[in-house]
Amino acid sequence: MYIAVKGGEAAIRNAHRLLDDRRRSDRSVPALTLDQIVGQMALAVDRVMAEGSLYDQELAAMALRQARGDMIEAIFLLRAYRTTLPRFAAARPLDTFRMRIERRISAVYKDIPGGQLLGPTFDYTHRLIEPAMADDPPVDEPMRRLSEAENCPRVTDILGAEGLIEADGQAGSDGEPGDLTRDTLDFPISRDVRLQALARGDEGFLLALGYSTQRGYGRTHPFVGEIRIGLVDVEVELPEVGFPVGIGRIRVTECQMVNQFKGSAKEPPQFTRGYGLVFGQSERKAMAMSLVDRALRADEFDEERTAPAQDEEFVISHSDNVQATGFVEHLKLPHYVDFQAELDLVRRMRREQERPREETESVQEAAE
Amino acid sequence: MESESAFAEEGRRRAMSAFAVASPRLLSEAWGRFGDDADVTPVRGPEIGLVMLRGRIGGGGGPFNLGEASVTRATVRLSSGEVGHALVLGRDPQKARLAAMFDAAWQRPDWRERVEVEVVAPSLAAQEEADRKLAEETEATRVDFFTMVRGED
Repeated sequence: MYIAVKGGEAAIRNAHRLLDDRRRSDRSVPALTLDQIVGQMALAVDRVMAEGSLYDQELAAMALRQARGDMIEAIFLLRAYRTTLPRFAAARPLDTFRMRIERRISAVYKDIPGGQLLGPTFDYTHRLIEPAMADDPPVDEPMRRLSEAENCPRVTDILGAEGLIEADGQAGSDGEPGDLTRDTLDFPISRDVRLQALARGDEGFLLALGYSTQRGYGRTHPFVGEIRIGLVDVEVELPEVGFPVGIGRIRVTECQMVNQFKGSAKEPPQFTRGYGLVFGQSERKAMAMSLVDRALRADEFDEERTAPAQDEEFVISHSDNVQATGFVEHLKLPHYVDFQAELDLVRRMRREQERPREETESVQEAAE
Repeated sequence: MESESAFAEEGRRRAMSAFAVASPRLLSEAWGRFGDDADVTPVRGPEIGLVMLRGRIGGGGGPFNLGEASVTRATVRLSSGEVGHALVLGRDPQKARLAAMFDAAWQRPDWRERVEVEVVAPSLAAQEEADRKLAEETEATRVDFFTMVRGED
Protein backbone atom coordinates (compact mmCIF):
# COMPACT_ATOMS: atom_id res chain seq x y z
CA MET A 1 0.00 0.00 0.00
CA TYR A 2 1.27 3.47 -0.85
CA ILE A 3 -0.19 6.56 0.74
CA ALA A 4 0.92 9.88 -0.70
CA VAL A 5 1.29 12.54 1.90
CA LYS A 6 0.46 16.05 0.77
CA GLY A 7 0.50 19.34 2.54
CA GLY A 8 3.96 20.71 1.79
CA GLU A 9 2.91 22.98 -1.05
CA ALA A 10 2.25 26.16 0.88
CA ALA A 11 5.29 25.59 3.07
CA ILE A 12 7.53 25.14 0.04
CA ARG A 13 6.10 28.20 -1.68
CA ASN A 14 6.68 30.33 1.38
CA ALA A 15 10.14 28.86 1.98
CA HIS A 16 11.19 29.86 -1.53
CA ARG A 17 9.78 33.30 -1.04
CA LEU A 18 11.77 33.55 2.17
CA LEU A 19 14.87 32.37 0.29
CA ASP A 20 14.35 35.16 -2.26
CA ASP A 21 14.17 37.65 0.57
CA ARG A 22 17.25 36.37 2.37
CA ARG A 23 19.19 36.23 -0.88
CA ARG A 24 18.43 39.87 -1.58
CA SER A 25 18.88 40.74 2.11
CA ASP A 26 18.89 44.44 3.06
CA ARG A 27 17.10 46.26 0.21
CA SER A 28 18.86 49.51 1.03
CA VAL A 29 22.14 47.87 -0.04
CA PRO A 30 22.52 47.83 -3.84
CA ALA A 31 22.13 44.42 -5.47
CA LEU A 32 25.26 42.80 -6.87
CA THR A 33 25.59 43.22 -10.60
CA LEU A 34 26.95 40.44 -12.81
CA ASP A 35 29.79 42.74 -13.88
CA GLN A 36 30.75 43.13 -10.24
CA ILE A 37 30.77 39.39 -9.68
CA VAL A 38 32.69 38.63 -12.91
CA GLY A 39 35.17 41.42 -12.22
CA GLN A 40 35.64 41.30 -8.48
CA MET A 41 34.84 37.68 -7.62
CA ALA A 42 36.66 36.44 -10.72
CA LEU A 43 38.25 33.37 -9.16
CA ALA A 44 34.94 32.23 -7.70
CA VAL A 45 33.46 32.57 -11.20
CA ASP A 46 36.40 30.58 -12.59
CA ARG A 47 35.85 27.78 -10.11
CA VAL A 48 32.16 27.56 -10.89
CA MET A 49 32.96 27.39 -14.62
CA ALA A 50 35.66 24.74 -14.13
CA GLU A 51 33.63 22.41 -11.95
CA GLY A 52 30.37 23.28 -13.68
CA SER A 53 32.27 22.19 -16.82
CA LEU A 54 30.84 25.12 -18.77
CA TYR A 55 32.80 28.17 -19.80
CA ASP A 56 30.47 31.18 -19.53
CA GLN A 57 31.43 33.90 -17.07
CA GLU A 58 28.07 35.63 -17.08
CA LEU A 59 26.13 32.42 -16.42
CA ALA A 60 28.56 31.43 -13.67
CA ALA A 61 28.06 34.86 -12.06
CA MET A 62 24.27 34.47 -12.25
CA ALA A 63 24.55 31.02 -10.70
CA LEU A 64 26.73 32.33 -7.89
CA ARG A 65 24.28 35.10 -7.16
CA GLN A 66 21.31 32.75 -7.24
CA ALA A 67 23.17 30.32 -4.96
CA ARG A 68 24.03 33.07 -2.46
CA GLY A 69 27.70 32.27 -2.96
CA ASP A 70 27.31 28.54 -2.36
CA MET A 71 29.88 27.22 -4.86
CA ILE A 72 28.57 23.69 -5.21
CA GLU A 73 24.99 24.91 -5.58
CA ALA A 74 26.20 27.30 -8.32
CA ILE A 75 28.15 24.49 -10.00
CA PHE A 76 24.99 22.36 -9.90
CA LEU A 77 23.01 25.16 -11.57
CA LEU A 78 25.57 25.45 -14.36
CA ARG A 79 25.57 21.69 -14.93
CA ALA A 80 21.79 21.72 -15.09
CA TYR A 81 21.86 24.55 -17.60
CA ARG A 82 24.24 22.73 -19.91
CA THR A 83 21.93 19.76 -20.15
CA THR A 84 19.31 22.01 -21.75
CA LEU A 85 21.51 22.94 -24.70
CA PRO A 86 22.47 21.05 -27.85
CA ARG A 87 26.15 20.49 -28.55
CA PHE A 88 26.99 21.94 -31.93
CA ALA A 89 30.55 20.75 -32.29
CA ALA A 90 33.83 19.89 -30.63
CA ALA A 91 36.57 22.49 -30.83
CA ARG A 92 40.07 21.76 -32.03
CA PRO A 93 42.36 21.00 -29.07
CA LEU A 94 43.52 24.21 -27.40
CA ASP A 95 47.10 25.14 -28.20
CA THR A 96 48.57 26.13 -24.84
CA PHE A 97 51.98 26.67 -26.46
CA ARG A 98 50.52 29.75 -28.19
CA MET A 99 48.86 31.04 -25.02
CA ARG A 100 48.79 34.82 -24.36
CA ILE A 101 50.58 34.46 -21.07
CA GLU A 102 49.48 36.29 -17.90
CA ARG A 103 51.57 34.25 -15.50
CA ARG A 104 54.23 31.67 -16.06
CA ILE A 105 56.54 30.18 -13.47
CA SER A 106 58.82 27.20 -13.17
CA ALA A 107 60.12 25.70 -9.95
CA VAL A 108 62.76 23.59 -11.69
CA TYR A 109 64.64 26.14 -13.79
CA LYS A 110 65.57 29.61 -12.61
CA ASP A 111 66.69 30.91 -15.99
CA ILE A 112 64.08 29.37 -18.16
CA PRO A 113 63.69 30.61 -21.74
CA GLY A 114 60.75 33.02 -21.66
CA GLY A 115 61.48 33.82 -18.03
CA GLN A 116 59.56 33.75 -14.79
CA LEU A 117 56.47 35.97 -15.09
CA LEU A 118 54.67 36.35 -11.79
CA GLY A 119 51.43 37.92 -13.07
CA PRO A 120 48.56 38.72 -10.70
CA THR A 121 49.47 36.30 -7.89
CA PHE A 122 48.68 36.02 -4.19
CA ASP A 123 52.18 34.57 -3.71
CA TYR A 124 54.50 36.80 -1.68
CA THR A 125 51.59 38.83 -0.27
CA HIS A 126 51.52 39.05 3.51
CA ARG A 127 48.22 37.20 3.77
CA LEU A 128 46.94 39.74 6.27
CA ILE A 129 43.52 41.27 5.76
CA GLU A 130 44.08 44.73 4.35
CA PRO A 131 42.09 47.56 5.93
CA ALA A 132 41.74 49.01 2.41
CA MET A 133 39.35 46.15 1.62
CA ALA A 134 36.78 47.82 3.87
CA ASP A 135 36.35 50.71 1.44
CA ASP A 136 37.12 51.59 -2.13
CA PRO A 137 40.39 53.54 -2.26
CA PRO A 138 41.90 54.39 -5.66
CA VAL A 139 43.98 51.57 -7.15
CA ASP A 140 47.07 52.24 -9.23
CA GLU A 141 47.20 51.22 -12.86
CA PRO A 142 49.54 48.27 -13.32
CA MET A 143 53.14 48.89 -14.33
CA ARG A 144 53.93 48.22 -17.95
CA ARG A 145 57.17 47.22 -19.54
CA LEU A 146 57.92 46.82 -23.20
CA SER A 147 57.59 43.20 -24.11
CA GLU A 148 59.57 41.50 -26.83
CA ALA A 149 57.59 38.79 -28.45
CA GLU A 150 59.50 35.93 -26.90
CA ASN A 151 58.42 32.36 -27.17
CA CYS A 152 57.72 30.57 -23.96
CA PRO A 153 58.72 26.98 -24.64
CA ARG A 154 57.24 24.40 -22.34
CA VAL A 155 59.61 23.25 -19.66
CA THR A 156 58.71 19.70 -20.54
CA ASP A 157 59.87 20.37 -24.12
CA ILE A 158 63.20 21.65 -22.82
CA LEU A 159 63.71 18.46 -20.82
CA GLY A 160 62.23 16.49 -23.69
CA ALA A 161 64.83 17.80 -26.12
CA GLU A 162 67.45 16.03 -24.01
CA GLY A 163 65.32 12.90 -23.74
CA LEU A 164 65.24 13.23 -19.96
CA ILE A 165 61.45 13.15 -19.64
CA GLU A 166 58.70 11.05 -21.09
CA ALA A 167 56.98 12.48 -24.17
CA ASP A 168 53.47 13.97 -24.31
CA GLY A 169 52.08 10.71 -25.53
CA GLN A 170 51.83 8.88 -28.79
CA ALA A 171 52.24 11.28 -31.66
CA GLY A 172 49.30 11.31 -34.01
CA SER A 173 46.97 9.82 -31.45
CA ASP A 174 44.26 12.13 -32.63
CA GLY A 175 41.38 9.73 -32.28
CA GLU A 176 38.08 10.85 -30.80
CA PRO A 177 38.58 11.13 -27.02
CA GLY A 178 36.19 9.44 -24.62
CA ASP A 179 33.42 11.59 -23.17
CA LEU A 180 32.06 10.86 -19.70
CA THR A 181 29.04 13.10 -20.32
CA ARG A 182 27.91 10.69 -23.05
CA ASP A 183 29.35 7.27 -22.21
CA THR A 184 29.03 5.40 -18.96
CA LEU A 185 32.26 4.96 -17.06
CA ASP A 186 33.58 1.43 -17.30
CA PHE A 187 36.67 1.01 -15.14
CA PRO A 188 39.51 0.92 -15.88
CA ILE A 189 39.23 4.07 -18.02
CA SER A 190 41.75 5.70 -20.30
CA ARG A 191 43.82 8.75 -19.37
CA ASP A 192 41.81 11.10 -21.61
CA VAL A 193 38.59 10.31 -19.74
CA ARG A 194 40.41 10.54 -16.42
CA LEU A 195 41.64 14.02 -17.30
CA GLN A 196 38.11 15.06 -18.27
CA ALA A 197 36.84 13.86 -14.90
CA LEU A 198 39.67 15.57 -13.02
CA ALA A 199 39.21 18.85 -14.92
CA ARG A 200 35.62 19.03 -13.62
CA GLY A 201 36.40 17.38 -10.29
CA ASP A 202 36.00 19.05 -6.93
CA GLU A 203 38.97 21.26 -6.08
CA GLY A 204 38.87 20.38 -2.39
CA PHE A 205 38.75 16.64 -3.05
CA LEU A 206 41.62 16.75 -5.55
CA LEU A 207 43.61 19.07 -3.30
CA ALA A 208 43.28 16.61 -0.43
CA LEU A 209 44.27 13.66 -2.62
CA GLY A 210 47.23 15.57 -4.06
CA TYR A 211 48.27 16.46 -0.53
CA SER A 212 47.98 12.81 0.50
CA THR A 213 50.50 11.82 -2.19
CA GLN A 214 52.93 14.37 -0.79
CA ARG A 215 52.50 12.93 2.67
CA GLY A 216 53.46 9.48 1.49
CA TYR A 217 50.22 7.87 0.35
CA GLY A 218 51.36 7.11 -3.18
CA ARG A 219 54.43 9.28 -3.30
CA THR A 220 55.40 10.61 -6.75
CA HIS A 221 58.16 13.06 -5.85
CA PRO A 222 56.74 16.05 -7.72
CA PHE A 223 58.29 19.27 -8.97
CA VAL A 224 56.31 22.06 -10.62
CA GLY A 225 57.90 22.00 -14.06
CA GLU A 226 55.72 24.87 -15.13
CA ILE A 227 52.48 26.66 -14.44
CA ARG A 228 51.10 28.96 -17.09
CA ILE A 229 47.92 31.00 -17.03
CA GLY A 230 46.59 32.98 -19.96
CA LEU A 231 44.28 33.27 -22.92
CA VAL A 232 43.99 30.68 -25.67
CA ASP A 233 42.16 30.85 -28.97
CA VAL A 234 39.22 28.52 -29.49
CA GLU A 235 38.95 27.21 -33.03
CA VAL A 236 36.12 25.14 -34.43
CA GLU A 237 35.94 23.38 -37.76
CA LEU A 238 32.78 24.68 -39.40
CA PRO A 239 31.28 22.11 -41.76
CA GLU A 240 29.41 24.91 -43.55
CA VAL A 241 32.64 26.50 -44.73
CA GLY A 242 35.01 23.54 -44.52
CA PHE A 243 37.78 25.12 -42.47
CA PRO A 244 38.45 26.01 -38.84
CA VAL A 245 37.58 29.50 -37.61
CA GLY A 246 38.38 31.30 -34.40
CA ILE A 247 35.27 31.75 -32.25
CA GLY A 248 36.84 33.65 -29.35
CA ARG A 249 39.20 33.18 -26.46
CA ILE A 250 39.12 31.64 -23.03
CA ARG A 251 41.39 31.74 -19.99
CA VAL A 252 42.97 28.50 -18.78
CA THR A 253 45.57 27.36 -16.27
CA GLU A 254 48.00 24.62 -17.19
CA CYS A 255 50.32 22.74 -14.84
CA GLN A 256 53.16 20.46 -15.92
CA MET A 257 54.26 18.38 -12.98
CA VAL A 258 57.64 16.69 -13.31
CA ASN A 259 57.80 13.50 -11.28
CA GLN A 260 60.16 10.82 -10.10
CA PHE A 261 62.21 9.16 -12.72
CA LYS A 262 61.87 5.64 -13.85
CA GLY A 263 64.15 3.47 -15.89
CA SER A 264 63.91 -0.06 -17.21
CA ALA A 265 65.92 -2.50 -19.25
CA LYS A 266 64.43 -0.95 -22.36
CA GLU A 267 64.49 2.70 -21.41
CA PRO A 268 67.12 4.81 -19.68
CA PRO A 269 66.02 6.66 -16.54
CA GLN A 270 63.77 9.61 -17.29
CA PHE A 271 61.34 11.84 -15.44
CA THR A 272 57.65 11.04 -15.55
CA ARG A 273 54.81 13.56 -15.70
CA GLY A 274 51.43 14.60 -14.44
CA TYR A 275 49.23 17.08 -16.28
CA GLY A 276 46.62 19.60 -15.22
CA LEU A 277 44.45 21.89 -17.33
CA VAL A 278 41.60 23.91 -15.86
CA PHE A 279 39.21 26.65 -16.98
CA GLY A 280 40.08 30.11 -15.67
CA GLN A 281 42.79 31.14 -13.25
CA SER A 282 43.08 28.25 -10.85
CA GLU A 283 46.60 27.04 -10.20
CA ARG A 284 45.77 25.21 -6.98
CA LYS A 285 43.30 23.07 -8.89
CA ALA A 286 45.66 22.60 -11.85
CA MET A 287 48.45 21.50 -9.50
CA ALA A 288 46.20 19.13 -7.58
CA MET A 289 44.93 17.71 -10.87
CA SER A 290 48.44 17.05 -12.14
CA LEU A 291 49.43 15.34 -8.87
CA VAL A 292 46.41 13.08 -9.03
CA ASP A 293 46.86 12.44 -12.76
CA ARG A 294 50.37 11.18 -12.08
CA ALA A 295 49.31 9.10 -9.08
CA LEU A 296 46.61 7.42 -11.17
CA ARG A 297 49.22 6.36 -13.75
CA ALA A 298 50.71 3.89 -11.27
CA ASP A 299 50.14 0.88 -13.54
CA GLU A 300 52.02 2.51 -16.42
CA PHE A 301 55.14 2.60 -14.29
CA ASP A 302 54.64 -0.73 -12.52
CA GLU A 303 54.03 1.03 -9.23
CA GLU A 304 52.06 -0.85 -6.61
CA ARG A 305 48.65 0.67 -6.01
CA THR A 306 48.48 1.07 -2.27
CA ALA A 307 47.11 4.58 -1.66
CA PRO A 308 43.68 6.15 -2.23
CA ALA A 309 45.07 8.62 -4.80
CA GLN A 310 46.24 5.69 -6.95
CA ASP A 311 42.85 3.99 -6.93
CA GLU A 312 41.22 5.06 -10.17
CA GLU A 313 37.74 3.84 -9.42
CA PHE A 314 37.77 5.40 -5.97
CA VAL A 315 39.12 8.77 -7.18
CA ILE A 316 37.04 9.16 -10.32
CA SER A 317 33.83 7.87 -8.72
CA HIS A 318 34.04 10.42 -5.93
CA SER A 319 35.62 13.48 -7.58
CA ASP A 320 32.41 14.95 -8.94
CA ASN A 321 30.89 17.25 -6.33
CA VAL A 322 27.51 17.43 -8.07
CA GLN A 323 27.11 13.66 -7.84
CA ALA A 324 28.50 13.66 -4.32
CA THR A 325 26.22 16.40 -3.05
CA GLY A 326 23.24 14.80 -4.75
CA PHE A 327 23.70 11.55 -2.89
CA VAL A 328 24.69 13.04 0.44
CA GLU A 329 22.00 15.71 0.43
CA HIS A 330 19.23 13.37 -0.66
CA LEU A 331 19.39 11.99 2.88
CA LYS A 332 17.52 15.05 4.12
CA LEU A 333 14.53 14.38 1.87
CA PRO A 334 11.62 12.51 3.42
CA HIS A 335 12.48 8.90 4.14
CA TYR A 336 9.39 8.42 6.29
CA VAL A 337 8.35 5.13 4.69
CA ASP A 338 11.87 3.65 4.63
CA PHE A 339 12.36 4.59 8.23
CA GLN A 340 8.93 3.24 9.25
CA ALA A 341 9.91 -0.10 7.74
CA GLU A 342 13.16 -0.15 9.70
CA LEU A 343 11.36 0.86 12.87
CA ASP A 344 8.90 -2.02 12.45
CA LEU A 345 11.77 -4.39 11.87
CA VAL A 346 13.62 -3.35 15.01
CA ARG A 347 10.41 -3.66 17.07
CA ARG A 348 9.74 -7.13 15.70
CA MET A 349 13.31 -8.22 16.43
CA ARG A 350 12.97 -6.93 19.97
CA ARG A 351 9.69 -8.85 20.44
CA GLU A 352 11.22 -12.04 19.10
CA GLN A 353 14.20 -11.68 21.37
CA GLU A 354 11.92 -11.27 24.41
CA ARG A 355 9.47 -14.09 23.57
CA PRO A 356 11.72 -17.17 24.18
CA ARG A 357 12.64 -15.84 27.59
CA GLU A 358 8.97 -15.38 28.55
CA GLU A 359 8.22 -18.85 27.23
CA THR A 360 10.99 -20.53 29.24
CA GLU A 361 9.91 -18.58 32.31
CA SER A 362 6.31 -19.76 31.97
CA VAL A 363 7.48 -23.35 31.43
CA GLN A 364 9.49 -23.17 34.65
CA GLU A 365 6.48 -21.72 36.52
CA ALA A 366 4.33 -24.59 35.31
CA ALA A 367 6.89 -27.13 36.48
CA GLU A 368 6.96 -25.62 39.89
CA MET B 1 44.04 28.23 -59.07
CA GLU B 2 44.35 26.07 -56.01
CA SER B 3 46.59 28.59 -54.27
CA GLU B 4 44.13 31.34 -55.17
CA SER B 5 41.27 29.53 -53.46
CA ALA B 6 43.52 28.76 -50.51
CA PHE B 7 44.28 32.45 -50.32
CA ALA B 8 40.59 33.36 -50.37
CA GLU B 9 39.88 30.69 -47.76
CA GLU B 10 42.59 32.11 -45.51
CA GLY B 11 41.12 35.59 -45.96
CA ARG B 12 37.63 34.47 -45.04
CA ARG B 13 38.92 32.46 -42.13
CA ARG B 14 40.77 35.50 -40.81
CA ALA B 15 37.69 37.69 -41.31
CA MET B 16 35.32 35.26 -39.58
CA SER B 17 37.70 34.99 -36.63
CA ALA B 18 37.81 38.81 -36.49
CA PHE B 19 34.00 39.04 -36.44
CA ALA B 20 33.92 36.51 -33.58
CA VAL B 21 36.20 38.58 -31.35
CA ALA B 22 34.77 41.98 -32.37
CA SER B 23 32.83 43.97 -29.82
CA PRO B 24 29.07 43.79 -30.46
CA ARG B 25 29.07 47.55 -30.72
CA LEU B 26 31.69 47.61 -33.48
CA LEU B 27 29.60 45.15 -35.47
CA SER B 28 26.26 46.89 -35.00
CA GLU B 29 27.63 50.36 -35.77
CA ALA B 30 29.43 49.11 -38.85
CA TRP B 31 26.33 47.32 -40.10
CA GLY B 32 24.43 50.58 -39.78
CA ARG B 33 26.74 51.99 -42.45
CA PHE B 34 26.51 48.92 -44.64
CA GLY B 35 23.20 47.51 -45.33
CA ASP B 36 19.61 47.32 -44.56
CA ASP B 37 18.26 44.62 -42.28
CA ALA B 38 15.55 44.12 -44.91
CA ASP B 39 18.25 42.66 -47.18
CA VAL B 40 18.94 39.89 -44.65
CA THR B 41 16.97 36.67 -44.40
CA PRO B 42 17.62 34.40 -41.46
CA VAL B 43 18.41 30.86 -42.59
CA ARG B 44 19.20 29.33 -39.22
CA GLY B 45 19.20 30.71 -35.70
CA PRO B 46 20.58 32.60 -34.01
CA GLU B 47 20.59 29.71 -31.58
CA ILE B 48 22.51 29.08 -28.38
CA GLY B 49 24.33 25.82 -27.85
CA LEU B 50 27.58 24.30 -26.70
CA VAL B 51 30.97 23.49 -28.07
CA MET B 52 33.10 20.85 -26.33
CA LEU B 53 36.52 22.32 -25.68
CA ARG B 54 39.52 20.01 -25.76
CA GLY B 55 42.99 19.95 -24.38
CA ARG B 56 45.93 17.72 -25.21
CA ILE B 57 47.44 15.26 -22.75
CA GLY B 58 50.66 16.83 -21.52
CA GLY B 59 49.95 19.86 -23.71
CA GLY B 60 50.94 18.17 -26.96
CA GLY B 61 49.65 14.59 -26.82
CA GLY B 62 46.31 13.03 -27.65
CA PRO B 63 43.15 15.10 -27.18
CA PHE B 64 40.84 14.96 -24.15
CA ASN B 65 37.55 16.69 -23.41
CA LEU B 66 38.12 19.61 -21.08
CA GLY B 67 34.59 20.96 -20.70
CA GLU B 68 32.04 22.85 -22.73
CA ALA B 69 31.58 26.51 -23.59
CA SER B 70 28.41 28.34 -24.50
CA VAL B 71 28.25 29.50 -28.11
CA THR B 72 25.76 31.11 -30.46
CA ARG B 73 25.49 30.27 -34.13
CA ALA B 74 23.64 31.93 -36.95
CA THR B 75 23.27 31.64 -40.71
CA VAL B 76 21.82 34.40 -42.88
CA ARG B 77 21.29 35.06 -46.58
CA LEU B 78 21.64 38.46 -48.19
CA SER B 79 19.18 39.49 -50.89
CA SER B 80 22.15 39.40 -53.26
CA GLY B 81 22.45 35.66 -52.56
CA GLU B 82 25.49 35.27 -50.31
CA VAL B 83 25.05 32.98 -47.34
CA GLY B 84 26.98 33.91 -44.19
CA HIS B 85 27.76 31.76 -41.17
CA ALA B 86 28.88 32.58 -37.67
CA LEU B 87 29.79 30.67 -34.53
CA VAL B 88 30.87 32.82 -31.59
CA LEU B 89 31.64 32.17 -27.93
CA GLY B 90 29.00 33.36 -25.49
CA ARG B 91 25.27 33.85 -25.60
CA ASP B 92 24.67 36.92 -27.72
CA PRO B 93 22.20 36.18 -30.53
CA GLN B 94 22.45 39.65 -31.99
CA LYS B 95 26.23 39.45 -32.19
CA ALA B 96 26.12 36.04 -33.88
CA ARG B 97 23.60 37.36 -36.38
CA LEU B 98 25.76 40.38 -37.16
CA ALA B 99 28.85 38.20 -37.51
CA ALA B 100 26.98 36.01 -40.00
CA MET B 101 25.80 39.11 -41.89
CA PHE B 102 29.36 40.33 -42.19
CA ASP B 103 30.55 36.91 -43.32
CA ALA B 104 27.99 37.17 -46.11
CA ALA B 105 28.94 40.78 -46.87
CA TRP B 106 32.62 39.81 -47.02
CA GLN B 107 31.80 37.36 -49.80
CA ARG B 108 30.43 40.14 -51.98
CA PRO B 109 33.35 41.30 -54.16
CA ASP B 110 32.04 44.87 -54.13
CA TRP B 111 31.88 44.93 -50.31
CA ARG B 112 34.91 42.86 -49.31
CA GLU B 113 37.37 45.72 -49.19
CA ARG B 114 35.03 47.85 -47.08
CA VAL B 115 34.34 44.99 -44.66
CA GLU B 116 38.09 44.49 -44.32
CA VAL B 117 38.69 48.16 -43.61
CA GLU B 118 35.69 48.95 -41.44
CA VAL B 119 35.29 45.73 -39.46
CA VAL B 120 38.12 43.20 -39.80
CA ALA B 121 40.97 45.69 -39.37
CA PRO B 122 39.53 47.56 -36.36
CA SER B 123 38.55 44.30 -34.66
CA LEU B 124 42.01 42.80 -35.09
CA ALA B 125 43.62 46.10 -34.07
CA ALA B 126 41.56 46.16 -30.86
CA GLN B 127 42.62 42.60 -30.12
CA GLU B 128 46.26 43.39 -30.79
CA GLU B 129 46.04 46.36 -28.47
CA ALA B 130 44.51 44.22 -25.73
CA ASP B 131 47.21 41.61 -26.30
CA ARG B 132 49.95 44.20 -26.07
CA LYS B 133 48.53 45.65 -22.87
CA LEU B 134 48.37 42.18 -21.31
CA ALA B 135 51.89 41.35 -22.47
CA GLU B 136 53.34 44.60 -21.14
CA GLU B 137 51.59 44.35 -17.79
CA THR B 138 52.82 40.77 -17.48
CA GLU B 139 56.32 41.75 -18.58
CA ALA B 140 56.54 44.20 -15.68
CA THR B 141 56.21 41.21 -13.32
CA ARG B 142 59.18 39.38 -14.86
CA VAL B 143 61.73 38.29 -12.30
CA ASP B 144 65.17 39.67 -13.20
CA PHE B 145 67.47 37.44 -11.22
CA PHE B 146 70.81 38.87 -10.24
CA THR B 147 73.57 37.29 -8.24
CA MET B 148 74.63 38.76 -4.95
CA VAL B 149 78.32 38.59 -4.38
CA ARG B 150 78.94 38.28 -0.67
CA GLY B 151 82.24 38.72 1.15
CA GLU B 152 85.55 39.70 -0.36
CA ASP B 153 88.11 37.61 -2.16
